[in-house]
Amino acid sequence: MTSLSNSVSAAAEPHDFAPTPMMVGGEVADFFALLKPRVMVLVIFTALVGMVVSHVHIQPVVGVISLLMIAVGAGASGCLNMWWDADIDAVMTRTATRPIPGGRIQPGEALAFGIVLSVGSVLVLGLASNWLAAALLAFTIVFYAVVYSMWLKRATPQNIVIGGAAGALPPMIGQAAVSGSVGIESTILFLIIFIWTPPHFWALALIKAGEYAKAGIPMMPNVAGPQSTRRQIIYYSIVLFPVGLAPVFLGFGGWLYGVTAFIGGLGMLAFSVHVYRNREGEAERKAALGMFGFSILYLFLLFSAVLAEQGLGLFRAVLA
Amino acid sequence: MPEKSTPPRRLTPEEQQRQRRRSIAIATVLFVLVAIFYALTIAKLGPQILNRPL
Repeated sequence: MTSLSNSVSAAAEPHDFAPTPMMVGGEVADFFALLKPRVMVLVIFTALVGMVVSHVHIQPVVGVISLLMIAVGAGASGCLNMWWDADIDAVMTRTATRPIPGGRIQPGEALAFGIVLSVGSVLVLGLASNWLAAALLAFTIVFYAVVYSMWLKRATPQNIVIGGAAGALPPMIGQAAVSGSVGIESTILFLIIFIWTPPHFWALALIKAGEYAKAGIPMMPNVAGPQSTRRQIIYYSIVLFPVGLAPVFLGFGGWLYGVTAFIGGLGMLAFSVHVYRNREGEAERKAALGMFGFSILYLFLLFSAVLAEQGLGLFRAVLA
Repeated sequence: MPEKSTPPRRLTPEEQQRQRRRSIAIATVLFVLVAIFYALTIAKLGPQILNRPL
């Protein structure tokens, strides 16, 4: 790792981030932190749901290895994101202690680590399952690390809207890994995550607007203003409601899913209106935090319902 | 005229410990990779792969 990182070190320091010269290698835990483990857990979960909705028998060993490679690929893209964003991470309180701005890992080490894991995960996924899944994983990594991190994030307030596609792709990769193709089921799951991302992120961006401004990131509240952002959170929550219910009408969401999507969708709408109404002080902060927290719960419950119905046999059709 | 290179400094005991832990982690990852390829071979080609004349 060290010799490889030395060889790429000339091109390894993005922007004007200057690494601490005295450090010699980080802890194993620091390298693990570069993979954004919490995001990896979400990716494993959503990719597993994508596999389950396919109803294709797959050798369990192949399934587990495919899932592991999807997670490693997602982690690798997170690592490349941390390498590129080290300069802005250093400015923001929430990210200042990450391994690179914290001075525990050299940028070159992170870059080499991210590239090795990216290439390795795509190759092993291709060998384990098929090359469509591997190509989708490669696309996800490039989209997140290059299109989102290097371009969109610092260029447009639509950064997380378009960039959200990378986070929404794991169900499609999961379905491709087991079935060799991408069906309507994983496409709808993709759409749910894609439309869920803006209200989820903008709720946090409303609270952290000052931090993003300090780092020069054009998040929606900083560019269009908090009021416009609150309106857009409502619009996306309105669109999310029918999209969340689409699996019921397409026949792969049963009663359990339908009730969860209906109540959850109403919850998202209620929280978005709550955010719109509470615009100042502690009430604003609490409303935005509530929206952020509930959005995570919403997505988790929705995908859990699919998993329970399709994976555990709890499916009871709503539309006979 | 060639640039004078600075001699490498000795690692501190803490740095040596970290280096050791990283080496163990790399060895573990390599072992897991071997296990993955072994399991994949058996899973995809079947146990008959082991039953062949040498």
